Amino acid sequence: MKRAKIIDATTFSRTVNRVVHEILERNKVAEQLALVGIRNRGQFLARRLAAKIKEMENIDVPVGILDITLYRDDLHGRLDQPKLQSSEILFDISGKVIVLVDDVLFTGRTVRSALNALMDIGRPALIQLLVLIDRGHRELPIKADFIGKSVPTAIQQEVQVMMTDVDEEDAVYLNDAELREVKP
Amino acid sequence: MSLQSRHLLGLDGVPKQDIELILDTAVSFKEVLERPIKKVPPLQGKTIANLFFESSTRTRISFELAERRLSADVVSFAAAGSSVSKGETLKDTARNIEAMKIDMVVIRHASAGAAHFLSRVVKANVLNAGDGAHEHPTQALLDMFTLREKYGTLKGLRVCIVGDVLHSRVARSNIFGLTTMGVEVSLCGPATLMPRHIEQLGVRVFNTLDDVIPSVDVLNVLRVQLERQQGGFFPSLREYHRFFGVTKERVDRAGRAITIMHPGPINRDVELSADLADGEHSVILEQVTNGVAVRMAALYLLGTSSK
Repeated sequence: MKRAKIIDATTFSRTVNRVVHEILERNKVAEQLALVGIRNRGQFLARRLAAKIKEMENIDVPVGILDITLYRDDLHGRLDQPKLQSSEILFDISGKVIVLVDDVLFTGRTVRSALNALMDIGRPALIQLLVLIDRGHRELPIKADFIGKSVPTAIQQEVQVMMTDVDEEDAVYLNDAELREVKP
Repeated sequence: MSLQSRHLLGLDGVPKQDIELILDTAVSFKEVLERPIKKVPPLQGKTIANLFFESSTRTRISFELAERRLSADVVSFAAAGSSVSKGETLKDTARNIEAMKIDMVVIRHASAGAAHFLSRVVKANVLNAGDGAHEHPTQALLDMFTLREKYGTLKGLRVCIVGDVLHSRVARSNIFGLTTMGVEVSLCGPATLMPRHIEQLGVRVFNTLDDVIPSVDVLNVLRVQLERQQGGFFPSLREYHRFFGVTKERVDRAGRAITIMHPGPINRDVELSADLADGEHSVILEQVTNGVAVRMAALYLLGTSSK
């Protein structure tokens, strides 16, 4: 039973600040920017980033929430069906520079689903990928543009991102196999 | 989170959490239907057969639309001009469908129990789109969805189903579903069109509209099934309208807003007056819109379940 805190609250907030700087550095005209967070933790992360951008540049960047359930490649044959929730993207993504936000990049399958889902909603000028943790083990040719922290992991380990929006603290844990919960 | 059954044959005995799961899932599909591209991929590669042994426009189109928007392959069949008119039995039709590797079957049939029968003889998931005077679960689900959307919750709501309950599968499915969800259900219609002992399903029965209107929030007005009126259940349409027609005058006497529902198609100024059908408290067209979302939810939950 091993559980290691790899990012604490202070580092969490510094990491968020740094990736915001990177987003603004890469996208000089912030007017075209929009953030789309993948449910569930991605949406909270996207909101944090938007708040930080507002604080630094005084620009309101639109934030959308994407539910990728319908686009998953493992929908069939699962014993437990994932709960379907709605996407909430209340702006036109066409022509926008979309920063797709998720907490953990692992196999890349979630991002593949998210890209397909986004393409069905509109035609963004550009899509960039931001993840808090890149844990490796890609099964698809997908690479993040902005990475909070790269964490080498064993495939059976679990990366657990916690955010005060839904959890008791801002932190990232690396859990060993036996700790891994069966997710609904 | 999965449905308990791998078929949707009726709402009789369907637990509350399953109804809630379908309604919650439908909320997400309603959002999908408001997008510029209304198609999503979860049933890609699945083949669905729509077997309509009885004529239907709205339900068939609604199901087809729902299936296509989930990216399923769809084959539709209407009884007229098919092998059924050549005397093929339901069992043989079913077996032939099975042989064509169909994943899901939507069936509408004039005989009660047709969907149950089919679910026993084929491996596909079966959805009942109306069987005789028995059940029409997706209609009741879309009615419940529409009410939940309008009132926020179903619990404690007072709904009266008006008209020909005897021949109505919509009424039966609504009674089962609504009572499960904690809705106070009453029925009102001519005594000749009221099934005996229907009170045993946990509903109250009224024989005059004016007795029931003051104490309900919603009137779900059933269609007078003109094609079934050879039995002399009431003397004339005019008389039916006089006693059981839902009119503005009658509803206004309640002194508050009463939501008007109708499963369609409407016989205007027979069971429901035109001004009410088109009025501000009518949710009849919302019911139609919601029908697609609710059917997508049911198809999605059954089609992606591992059961």
